[in-house]
Amino acid sequence: MTVQTILQHSFRIAQKDLTELFRNRLGLVLLIVMPLFMMIMVGFIYPSNGTITGLQVGVVNEDQGYNGNTNASLSFLMGLQGINNQTHMLVMTNVSSLADLKDQVQRGAIEGGIMIPANFSQSLMSGQQGTIIIVSDESNPQISATIKGALTGVFNVMSQQLAIHNVRPLNATNSLAVVQPYSIQSQGVVNGNPSYFDFIAPGIMAMTVMMSVMTGLPVAISQEKEVGTMDGMMVAPVNRLSILLGKTIAQTGRGLIQGVIILALAIGIFGVAIQGSILLVFALLLLGVFSFVGLGIVVTSFTKDQETAQMLMMTLMFPMMFLGGVFFPIQQMPWYMQDISKFLPLTYASSALRKVMVLGAGIPQISTELIVLIVFGVVMIAIALPVFKRMMIR
Amino acid sequence: MANESIIQVDHLTKMFKKFTAVDDISFDVKKGEIFGLLGPNGAGKSTTLRMLSTLSRPTKGTATIGGFDTVKNDTEVRKLIGIVSEKMIIYNRLTAKENLSFFGSLFNIPKDTLNKRIDDLLELVQLTKFKDAQVGTFSTGMRQRMNVVRALLNMPQVLFLDEPTLGLDPQSSVEIREFVRKLNQEQGTTVIITTHMMLDADLLCDRIAIIDHGKIIALDTSTNLKKIISGGDTMIIKLEIANLTPTMVATVKALSCADAVTQENSTTLHVIVHGEEAFDSIIDSIRKTNGKITSMANLQPSLEDVFLHITGHEVRDSADQKIKQEHGPGKRFGAAPSRVR
Repeated sequence: MTVQTILQHSFRIAQKDLTELFRNRLGLVLLIVMPLFMMIMVGFIYPSNGTITGLQVGVVNEDQGYNGNTNASLSFLMGLQGINNQTHMLVMTNVSSLADLKDQVQRGAIEGGIMIPANFSQSLMSGQQGTIIIVSDESNPQISATIKGALTGVFNVMSQQLAIHNVRPLNATNSLAVVQPYSIQSQGVVNGNPSYFDFIAPGIMAMTVMMSVMTGLPVAISQEKEVGTMDGMMVAPVNRLSILLGKTIAQTGRGLIQGVIILALAIGIFGVAIQGSILLVFALLLLGVFSFVGLGIVVTSFTKDQETAQMLMMTLMFPMMFLGGVFFPIQQMPWYMQDISKFLPLTYASSALRKVMVLGAGIPQISTELIVLIVFGVVMIAIALPVFKRMMIR
Repeated sequence: MANESIIQVDHLTKMFKKFTAVDDISFDVKKGEIFGLLGPNGAGKSTTLRMLSTLSRPTKGTATIGGFDTVKNDTEVRKLIGIVSEKMIIYNRLTAKENLSFFGSLFNIPKDTLNKRIDDLLELVQLTKFKDAQVGTFSTGMRQRMNVVRALLNMPQVLFLDEPTLGLDPQSSVEIREFVRKLNQEQGTTVIITTHMMLDADLLCDRIAIIDHGKIIALDTSTNLKKIISGGDTMIIKLEIANLTPTMVATVKALSCADAVTQENSTTLHVIVHGEEAFDSIIDSIRKTNGKITSMANLQPSLEDVFLHITGHEVRDSADQKIKQEHGPGKRFGAAPSRVR
């Protein structure tokens, strides 16, 4: 049997599989809906700090003023209001006392509060620090930290302005340099301000393609075995390799379709920008498929029916999803988890895709990932082929 | 060349772990013959067929088809064979034509030839006007016809049929049987058919191998197999007794000349007996229990009787409920519904 006939047969099998796929309307819809849900869910659930608005905050002003005049706290609150008008981060309501403020936090009416103590003006005017108390909701650490961070930021700006005003009489050329001698500027590798979407989009693409191949292949093969149609191919003078290759081509096609859908959604709806070469992105997706195919075949060969194959795939995929650096940065995991993630091909696929899409990296910058993916793919296929052949002959 | 054998099976054995599904069987199938493998479920018929059609590898022994070894020359063997199994090899989401053109392309048939052949085959089973409809919308009978012509795309010299009438209504079963016979007569296709249905085997097959527990226990033409019974001193007697009681049945069963007794309905007994005194003994014993014999007949043996006689158990002993229902009261066994139970 020549290479040509083997390829011809595998293309016919792939064509047949894809025709079946496109005839399955519901399956086709799910093929598009699944990545869309994934993007929407993970994209919108994980907020970046800049996007938080409308936090309910109570304000208690107990300032008794200095010499019967409460200027200091009022101008502080006006300053706060001025900044908030630009960011819309807080929605402020006046609350009568600290006890009332705590009560409202407990009831969940507000998410935190600010309290200005009675001696605020007095302290400022007598050359001391004016203290402001931030009340936060400890039952929700994330919101609590956000409010603390947001208010601290606002207060820093206001303290700075006050300080600049105070040191002006010293006749310094630059009063900011006196108040805050160090200036920090942060600069990324590329222009723009990547959002969480930019972080997850490459990972989700890699993951979807992986899932497509790893679940699609065992199901496609064991389903045909169960229904009996596999016998029809097996009694024809067709090389076993053609069956495997044909199925792989079809599943790769399916995975790539999903990958393209995600890419289009990411760019069109979520405003993700691709810094690197789009061709390299596709090449990486294909390489990702190649590295997962062997694993998919091994699983197919070791399971007798569809149900078991799917369960085994799920068991393998969950750790990959969470340890592969798709949703969470690997660096934030404990060391032993980081070590496990080093053995997962998804880690390298998503890392390489991210480097290309977000950082505009080229082939030299992702050479490690490329080598790992190729080696993993070759080793898995070398294991898979003999195992698969044995299973088919049984 | 009528006696030239196209299939040679030599000490073929298949073991699954410790279980021996096919136990050292040997037989030849002649060119142009319809050969039946008859036996209960689990007897090893399908496993034998899978080994012959290269789908399964023998543990021991060899088989050749058209001179090619089924293991060493599997590709050559595959070019010669077609297989129709109980599980329909057909894709529901493809149209009739797409199905045939997909399977045909796997045999490297030139496109024009293939298209012509597909049209002819669809015409042959009267599915031409449904050729662009998805097979999933077909009735079971239509799908089985598709399944059969699918196996004929490469014009096989040997056609394997694995329980082809299982799950079909009587009319579709007749259609399939007629089709197979026609194919055999007009094209000279050699047919190997496995079945647990005596009717299929009796009506279709030139020769029948009876398989039980992985071994061939008898191999001959249907007529010769029946002579095992009618040739000896064994007889099958059908008795109509107006006032048949359980006591009478028990009495007959207890007779030393009675090999097997089955009650067909409330007034009929079916008895396999041996010995010259058999008639007398039975009539005596029924009279003693005040039975009124309204009629008595010496029946021609059926294959079922042959199987019962050789193995000592009924074909359906090991068959499951599903098959019992499908096999049910019908045709030849129409008069014997209670034996099913």
